[in-house]
Amino acid sequence: MGEGTGPGALARHRDPGLQLASCGCGAWHRLNMALELYMDLLSAPCRAVYIFSKKHDIPFNFQFVDLLKGHPYNKEYIKINPLRKLPSLKDGKFVLTESVAILYYLCRKYSTPSHWYPPDLHIRARVDEFMAWQHVAFQLPMKKMVWLKLLIPKITGEEVSAEKMDHTVAEVKNSLKLFEEYFLQDKMFITGDQISLADLVAVVEMMQPMAANYNAFLNSSKVAEWRMRVELSIGSGLFREAHNRLMQLADWDFSTLDPVVKEKICKNHYYQQAVMAPICNPSTSRGGDGRIT
Amino acid sequence: MGLELYLDLLSQPCRAIYIFAKKNGIPFELRTVDLIKGQHLSDAFSQVNPLKKVPALKDGDFTLSESVAILLYLTHKYKVPDHWYPQDLQARARVDEYLAWQHTTLRRSCLRALWHKVMFPVFLGEPVSPQTLAATLAELDVNVQLLEDKFLQNKAFLAGPHISLADLVAITELMHPVGAGCQVFKGRPKLAAWRNRVEAAVGEDLFQEAHEIILKAKDFPPADPTTKQKLMPRVLAMIQ
Repeated sequence: MGEGTGPGALARHRDPGLQLASCGCGAWHRLNMALELYMDLLSAPCRAVYIFSKKHDIPFNFQFVDLLKGHPYNKEYIKINPLRKLPSLKDGKFVLTESVAILYYLCRKYSTPSHWYPPDLHIRARVDEFMAWQHVAFQLPMKKMVWLKLLIPKITGEEVSAEKMDHTVAEVKNSLKLFEEYFLQDKMFITGDQISLADLVAVVEMMQPMAANYNAFLNSSKVAEWRMRVELSIGSGLFREAHNRLMQLADWDFSTLDPVVKEKICKNHYYQQAVMAPICNPSTSRGGDGRIT
Repeated sequence: MGLELYLDLLSQPCRAIYIFAKKNGIPFELRTVDLIKGQHLSDAFSQVNPLKKVPALKDGDFTLSESVAILLYLTHKYKVPDHWYPQDLQARARVDEYLAWQHTTLRRSCLRALWHKVMFPVFLGEPVSPQTLAATLAELDVNVQLLEDKFLQNKAFLAGPHISLADLVAITELMHPVGAGCQVFKGRPKLAAWRNRVEAAVGEDLFQEAHEIILKAKDFPPADPTTKQKLMPRVLAMIQ
C-alpha cells in the first residue's frame, strides 16, 4: 500500500482516505466500506463473527435480525438469506452465509494477525479440523440443551421428558470430553500457545447452554481455565458484551411471542431436528411394532 | 512412510478424498478400514484417529481427521490447480460456504437415506417404520432442492464456472442415496446436467471406481450378530 502506481493509487488519489488491500488474488478490495452483518447475538455463530469483527475493528453495520420476533422469516431477510439462518454477511453485492466461511473471509480480507488462522500447514489443519467437527458434534448438542431445557418449556408450557433431558446432558458431556481429550489436550489453546478461530468458535458454542442455566465449564478445570484464557485474549469487556443478550434470555417474556412466530419456530427444521428427532438409544429407537423409528 | 489415507469407500467423505487424491496424482498408501466389519473400532485404528472415524490421514507423525480438513490439507500441501479452492477471495468463500453448510443438511439426509432404506433392513436386519423412511426421504428431497436452488443455481458448478472441492463433496454425498436406489436426479435436469459435468471433470473411470462399493450396498450380506451388536450403538448415534 502507498505505492504511486497501479489501480490502488488512482483510487486513493480520488479518495485519500480510502484503504485498499490486495489479498494475494490480484484483486483490490475496499477495506473501509462497511460490511453489513445480519446477526442476533442469541446465536453462537453470530457471536463468533461479532467478536472477531469488533476485536479487529472491522467496519460493519450491525443489522439486527431478531430471532425472538421471527425476523429471519421476514421477506426482507429471506432476500438476503433464503435459508433464513444467521449470521449473513453482505459486502457490496456479495452475500455470504455460514459463520465458518464468514470468519475465513474476514481473516483473509482484513489480514488479521496470523495466529487466528495460522499459515503453517499442520497448525491450520487443526483449526480446519475443529471447525468441521463442531457443526454436528458440538454445536448441535449445545443448541439442543437450550431448546429442551429452556425454550420448549417456555414456548409450549410443557416440560421435556426426563429421559430426553438426561440423554441431551449425556450428549453435551460427551462432546465436552471429546473437546478436552482430542482438541485441547494439555495445550493453552487448541493450536498451541495462541488463540485461533477454533477457540473462538468453541467458546461461544460452550456458552450457549448458559442461557438455560447449564454451565458447561464446570465439568473440567482444564476447560474452565482454557475458557478464562480465551476470554482474556478476546477482552473480557467484549466477551461479556457479546453474551449479554444470551444471558438474559431466560428473563424474556415468552408470553409476548407472536403466535405466528411460535408456529414458525415449531415448524422450523432445526427445531424439529433438535427436539422431535427420537433418542438414538438401541432400546428406545423402536416403535410399538419393533421397527426402527 | 509417506502419506497414508485411511478410507472405506462405503463412506461418502472417504470417496471425496479418494477421488481428489487420485485425480491430482497425490502419492498415498491406501489403508482400507472396513466399516461393516467394525475395523474403525479397533485399538490399532484409534492410534490413528482416537475419534474412531474415517476418513483419517497420517503424514509421518501428523494425523488428521475430518474430510473437509483433509481436503484442505491436501490442497495446500500438494499445490493442486487453483479451481479446486480458488485464490480469489469471493470464489473461495463460496466453496467454504458449501463445505460448512453440508454437514448438518445434505450429508445428514444422504446418510439417513442409505441407512433407513437399505443398511438397517438389509445389512443389520432391522426393519424401519414406513413413516421414518418417508420422513427421511422427504428431508432428503428438501436438501437436494436447496443444493440446486441456493448453491448450484444457474452456474456450471457449485462455486462458479469450474469444479471445486464443493462439487466433489456434494456429488459423493448424493451417490449415497443413489446407492440406496433413490432417484435424486429424476425430475431435476439442471442437477443431472451438473452431475454429468462433475463426473466428466473427475474422469468417468475414477468416478466409477470410487463408487463401485456404494452402488452394491443393496447386496451386502447380512451382518452376523456379534458385528451387529458392535456396530449398532455407533450407527444409531451417527445417523441422529
